[in-house]
Amino acid sequence: MPLLDIDCISHAYGTQAVVRELSFQLETGQIACLLGASGCGKTTMLRLIAGFERPATGSIRLNGVTVADTNLHMPAEKRRIGMVFQDYALFPHLSIADNIGFGLHQKSTLEIRQRVDEMLDLIGLSNRGERYPHELSGGQQQRVALARALAPEPHLLLLDEPFSNLDIALRERLSLEVRDILKRAGMAAILVTHDQNEAFAVADVVGIMREGRIEQWDTPYNLYHRPATRHVADFVGQGVFISGEVLSRQSIKVELGILESDVPMECGTSCAECGRGCRLDVLLRPDDVIHDDASDVLAEVVAKSFRGAEFLYTLRLDSGAEVLSLVPSHHNHAIGEQIGIRLAVDHVVGFPNRQ
Amino acid sequence: MLSDFDFSVIADSLPFLWSGLQFTLKLTLTAMLGGIFLGTLLALARLSSVAPLATAATWYINIMRSIPLVMVILWFFLVIPLLTGAPMGAENSALVTFTLFEAAFYAEIMRAGIQSVTRGQVAAGYAIGFSYSQNMRFVILPQAFRNMLPVLLTQTIVLFQDTSLVYAIGAKDLLKASEIAGKNYNRPVEMVVFVALVYFVICFALSYTVKRLSRRR
Repeated sequence: MPLLDIDCISHAYGTQAVVRELSFQLETGQIACLLGASGCGKTTMLRLIAGFERPATGSIRLNGVTVADTNLHMPAEKRRIGMVFQDYALFPHLSIADNIGFGLHQKSTLEIRQRVDEMLDLIGLSNRGERYPHELSGGQQQRVALARALAPEPHLLLLDEPFSNLDIALRERLSLEVRDILKRAGMAAILVTHDQNEAFAVADVVGIMREGRIEQWDTPYNLYHRPATRHVADFVGQGVFISGEVLSRQSIKVELGILESDVPMECGTSCAECGRGCRLDVLLRPDDVIHDDASDVLAEVVAKSFRGAEFLYTLRLDSGAEVLSLVPSHHNHAIGEQIGIRLAVDHVVGFPNRQ
Repeated sequence: MLSDFDFSVIADSLPFLWSGLQFTLKLTLTAMLGGIFLGTLLALARLSSVAPLATAATWYINIMRSIPLVMVILWFFLVIPLLTGAPMGAENSALVTFTLFEAAFYAEIMRAGIQSVTRGQVAAGYAIGFSYSQNMRFVILPQAFRNMLPVLLTQTIVLFQDTSLVYAIGAKDLLKASEIAGKNYNRPVEMVVFVALVYFVICFALSYTVKRLSRRR
């Protein structure tokens, strides 16, 4: 039995449908992420789970108990779902220790002290319990918010854009730290964000959302390498589409050569129907295009961006189509130069041609 | 003309003036504490989702805020005895009137205070398992009160000055005491000047405190 079972949930603000027949499941201890551009309905989905909104259709079951369906609405404070907010929403009039112990009000003073100390320890702020929220840095406030949400031992933790108020360097470090804290606490969690680096750093499984639906619910690896839809392929990671022609079930001809795939091509249902001679748009990631001086396929450097260990080159082919290539940064080529490239695609992803 | 000032009459009447000031302070404190308590309840009622409660509170607040205080004082003093059949006395009548009147003003301040607490704070309260009333008591009201402290104190300074209006029903506050003393010694000018100074010193000290309080935040 899954810990959380979202079944066919819809929600609208007025006539504007925000979440459309959305379903997914979460196992105990699993960290999931709803990833999408702003306005895709991800935050609304989180508010539905938390109990701040009522779904129009569908049901939400937590730990085998229905917490929401069309007739029933368990109030937010009864669901035992913790939440970490975008602005942390720490209580400014309380010390750090009191903030963390706030949700434990029905316990004895001793138990509260023990749990608060345990939590302060978990987030590495053991000696800061007497401080007030405004005396802490953004990253520390974030961890206090996490500890406050974890203290009452919720069934599930929800995090709404938890890193968006932090600078980029801190964001990366803290997202790993948060994952570590959640895993040590064995806590199942759902994170909402528009930043895929954050999603990939924290989550075991990611749902790509668009217009109130989940387009693909999968591991970060699969989202990148086996995107189910064109939107997912576009949204996740970098890459370009170049046109190709189907030769057989396992090979496609593109401008740079013939792509062979061991597995049937991942291009939805239409690909197999499409058959020999059919035109496809093939996804090429920057790591699929390899710089090789021995290759007789040449491309012109049109743009380059230095990434430290590597350059990301934008290359123009003879036909005018452009591809991206990640090249170790000691291969420093000037813009306008012709360089040799070859393809190293072990997995072809194609989608029906747009026209 | 100032050389004609007889300061000894002030010294002689200090105990009598002090008794008047005591009532002024008692009236201010009672109306402040009672007013903030009732005002908070009124603010909660006004923000309530129970429509009749919200309407009643809104009407109460609007009416009180739209009538001159001196009229409310007179009205209470004259009409309540007619209804209850027993005279209340000017002092008691003043205590009740001021508390009920100031409640309307404090209510609006507390309403602004409650609304100044962000929705995120309320959601955070629910997320750690607080009910509406627990949220109100432990999360929202403490913050509302803290945010509004300078405004509440400013209103109290106005209240302190307004207590002199009980003059209209002859309750013996600082102003009335000074008038009586002035008549006794036939030295009204000294008394009026002295009393004005007392009001000024107290109000100025209070405003200074408020200014420091709001700067510290």
